[in-house]
Amino acid sequence: MTLGITIVSHVPDIAAGLPKLLTQVAADVPLTYAGGTDDGDIGTSMAKISQAFDDNAADEILAFYDLGSAKMNLEMAQEMSDKTIHLYDTALIEGAYTAASLLEAGVPLADVEEQLKPLKIK
Amino acid sequence: MALTVDNLTEWINAFAQKVTDKKDYLSELDTPIGDGDHGNNMARGVKAVQESLDAKAPADLTAAFKQIAMALISKVGGASGPLYGTAFLEMAKKSKDSTEIADLFAAADAGIKKRGGAQAGDKTMVDVWEPLAAKLASGSLTQAEIDEAVNSTEEMIAKKGRASYLGERSSGHLDPGAMSSGYLFTALIETEGIL
Repeated sequence: MTLGITIVSHVPDIAAGLPKLLTQVAADVPLTYAGGTDDGDIGTSMAKISQAFDDNAADEILAFYDLGSAKMNLEMAQEMSDKTIHLYDTALIEGAYTAASLLEAGVPLADVEEQLKPLKIK
Repeated sequence: MALTVDNLTEWINAFAQKVTDKKDYLSELDTPIGDGDHGNNMARGVKAVQESLDAKAPADLTAAFKQIAMALISKVGGASGPLYGTAFLEMAKKSKDSTEIADLFAAADAGIKKRGGAQAGDKTMVDVWEPLAAKLASGSLTQAEIDEAVNSTEEMIAKKGRASYLGERSSGHLDPGAMSSGYLFTALIETEGIL
């Protein structure tokens, strides 16, 4: 059972940019992202999120997002995915960075989640 | 009176027309308390719905609701996509046991609340769907009641959605999602033979 991370943002540049920060501390953690609408505008797309889940080499994914409507599309993609997807209502960058660092160090999911608790902001 | 694929299509086309006509107004409502794109997002969504229904005539009500839901989910982009999409997806599921409009709207209202986590009074589309679904359950719905529900959001302070970041400053503006939901209900009562 491998654990991976998926980043979802309204902005394509944010979704593509955050993994650059994460790979510095977590080169071996499977990492995918979905940013913007199908047309590349500001927003989120359930289809892109589903694709990011599929493309992730892990079979269990920790998902991080920016604003509320991203969460709704994430939940719809979660319901349709065969993988186990965990959503976290943390600050996007801090939450994803914490998870990436701990997963790289081989920390179990329960302990990662414990570290994420104080970062919950929504 | 009963819901059929034909009058459902007529209803949704009437909704699409209202959204398209009021596209700029909906975006204007969304500008002070949101990201200013509700009209464009919804117009793109209803256009996709019409294209889907034109391209493939649905075999039954369940298929029709599902097509509407999927078009909205894939094309709207903002929060309204998953919310309206969930509403129609819940109607699709419900339509397997009942085609009563009151049952369909009760299921849709519950789905919207679950998806968005909003309750009545949060200054969202729920402030239209919840009271009007209840009116439909009691057997009648008037334009005055639709207007009253939409207008009730004006003084509210937003607790959900992008407007909630503004706190008290969100008061004094109509909620755009409530307004577009009002168009859906108006289109419903204007379509002959459903209610």
